[in-house]
Amino acid sequence: MNPQIVMDGLFTGSMIGLGAIGVTLTYSILRFANFAHGEFISWGAYFALAMAGALGALSGALLTPIGPFSFGWALPLGAVAATALTGGLALLVDWLLFGRLRVNRSTVIIMVMASFGAALTLRSLLEFIFTSKPVYYTKALQIALPLGGGIRATPDQLLSLGVAAVLVVAVHLLLTRTAIGRSMRAVSENPALAGVVGIEVRKVIRTVWLLGAGLAAIAGISAGLIVQIRPQMGLDLLLPLFAAAILGGIGSVPGAMLAGLIVGLAEALAVQTIGAEWRAAAAFAILVLVLLFRPQGLFGRAE
Amino acid sequence: MSVELVAYAAFFLTMALTYAIMCLGLNVQWGQTGLFNVGVAGFVAIGAYVSALLTTPDAADRFGGFEMPIAVGWLGGALAAGFVSFLIGALTIRLRADYLAIATFGVAVTVQLAALNLQSITGGPFGIGFIPRPFSGWAGDPLLFSLANFGLLVLVVAALYLALERLLRSPWGRVLRAIREDEQAARALGKNATKFRLQAFAIGGGIMGLAGAAQAHFIGFIAPENYLPMLTFQVWAMLIVGGSGNNRGAILGAVLVWGIWAASAGAISALFPPTEQARAAALQIVMIGVALCAILLLRPRGILGEERVVSRHLGGLSAAKPQAKREISEETSGARNA
Repeated sequence: MNPQIVMDGLFTGSMIGLGAIGVTLTYSILRFANFAHGEFISWGAYFALAMAGALGALSGALLTPIGPFSFGWALPLGAVAATALTGGLALLVDWLLFGRLRVNRSTVIIMVMASFGAALTLRSLLEFIFTSKPVYYTKALQIALPLGGGIRATPDQLLSLGVAAVLVVAVHLLLTRTAIGRSMRAVSENPALAGVVGIEVRKVIRTVWLLGAGLAAIAGISAGLIVQIRPQMGLDLLLPLFAAAILGGIGSVPGAMLAGLIVGLAEALAVQTIGAEWRAAAAFAILVLVLLFRPQGLFGRAE
Repeated sequence: MSVELVAYAAFFLTMALTYAIMCLGLNVQWGQTGLFNVGVAGFVAIGAYVSALLTTPDAADRFGGFEMPIAVGWLGGALAAGFVSFLIGALTIRLRADYLAIATFGVAVTVQLAALNLQSITGGPFGIGFIPRPFSGWAGDPLLFSLANFGLLVLVVAALYLALERLLRSPWGRVLRAIREDEQAARALGKNATKFRLQAFAIGGGIMGLAGAAQAHFIGFIAPENYLPMLTFQVWAMLIVGGSGNNRGAILGAVLVWGIWAASAGAISALFPPTEQARAAALQIVMIGVALCAILLLRPRGILGEERVVSRHLGGLSAAKPQAKREISEETSGARNA
């Protein structure tokens, strides 16, 4: 077996994991499967494209590549702005749609359907603005460096892997060590009781959206940097995201990341052994297996 | 009225009726039972492909072409889609409600993938052509041909409607709604909720398969891009607009939304230059998406809303005693929101 599979799997897996953290948080705290989460990935990637483009137009110096990487300072700066903008987009969608449905006391399934409608709207809006033609952050070609053991990776890939690792640790610490993290876990256990003991549920909900959408934006920017940017990129990642969130156990951040890596590795394996066109089936196979044998996931609790 | 206009109207309505069948299937799953299927397109595709394989003439470059009668193809398509629904339902119905949604989404993605890549069976991206059309002997006369096809679809939809209405008023239909409204109460009465849900899910999936088969034979050609998530979305919009839980609403919604869809597509191709049409089509989807979300927010019951359904015997009683005719839909929506 080609050891490169492991590396490829880790890259895809880290992006899936970052997205799956958002899915698992919305699922456990807002209590619905958000089919629009994939769109935050695409919107994050396009926000960064627009921001980096604007910065590059302001000052050409921001476009000169930093060190071994393929991009200039315009992209990291644009990425920070894009993360904030995607968080804002999530808050906007919540204010327009999900928040109102919560006030109406709509059922879970109405929320899921609304998220389905929101997903199509957001995706088609991107297609309307940017057309469906793939775009790239940079045209620069990168040479993959040998890492030993027959494994190669480009500096961009290593960077995105590092960023993902730092983010997962940060989110984990946020949830386990801070006041807002404790509030989030309390709301996930029992929203009514959390409200009674004085936890501001609305603040928790805002944090969930900002966190989930921000991580999705980073995943989208990584995917855009390493592969390409398309309006469909979020939709293509949606099934892997759900598979990872369920495999990891709903509500578990480390579980979502680990499961994201597992799904990514399974996809890379499928690409090597069966063929690239069957990549998406790997996530479905994992989903079916989890639902059959361990529906509560790796780190979840049985209901 | 000119002949072309009548022929076009018949074509339009036939197409709308194939969507109406999908809506009726979705209504069994969602409207009556509260099961959320995000993979409608996948089940429709299974019906279409199975029927096409069974009925097309033998093809050299792919598996099959069994040249069976069209009716066999339709039945086969419905059974295959029903069987896949049963498998997915058996896997997920006992779990959380939205696991079913995620799993059906997975089915749609996987079916799409299979249709695209199993070239030796499905024809790959080029799809399957030469699917026999009903009444093809009359194809020389466009008016007669389109009217005959329309008549056939009217018969199918009417038969399905009557059968579903009958089922709805049967003890079986009442158990389904009882489970949807209050599962614990239904179980306390000894009803096996999982079993009933699974039956409803498989029946609904089978009806979607039938719709796919009917549509494939009406158009005569199928390809993977006919079964994108967009189709699922359209069928949902139809059911929500018409009023879920109401079979007449499902049919009305299908005709209405398909009408809006066809008219706006026509307007786009007339108003925009060819280079801008892809963009305008994206905007069309944006508007439909916003409309669906708005309906969910403002009028979740749809145009017709859910019909009050009681047993035939009770129906006679309540007609005699007007005070018994409470507005159940209010009550129902309250219970569903709780």
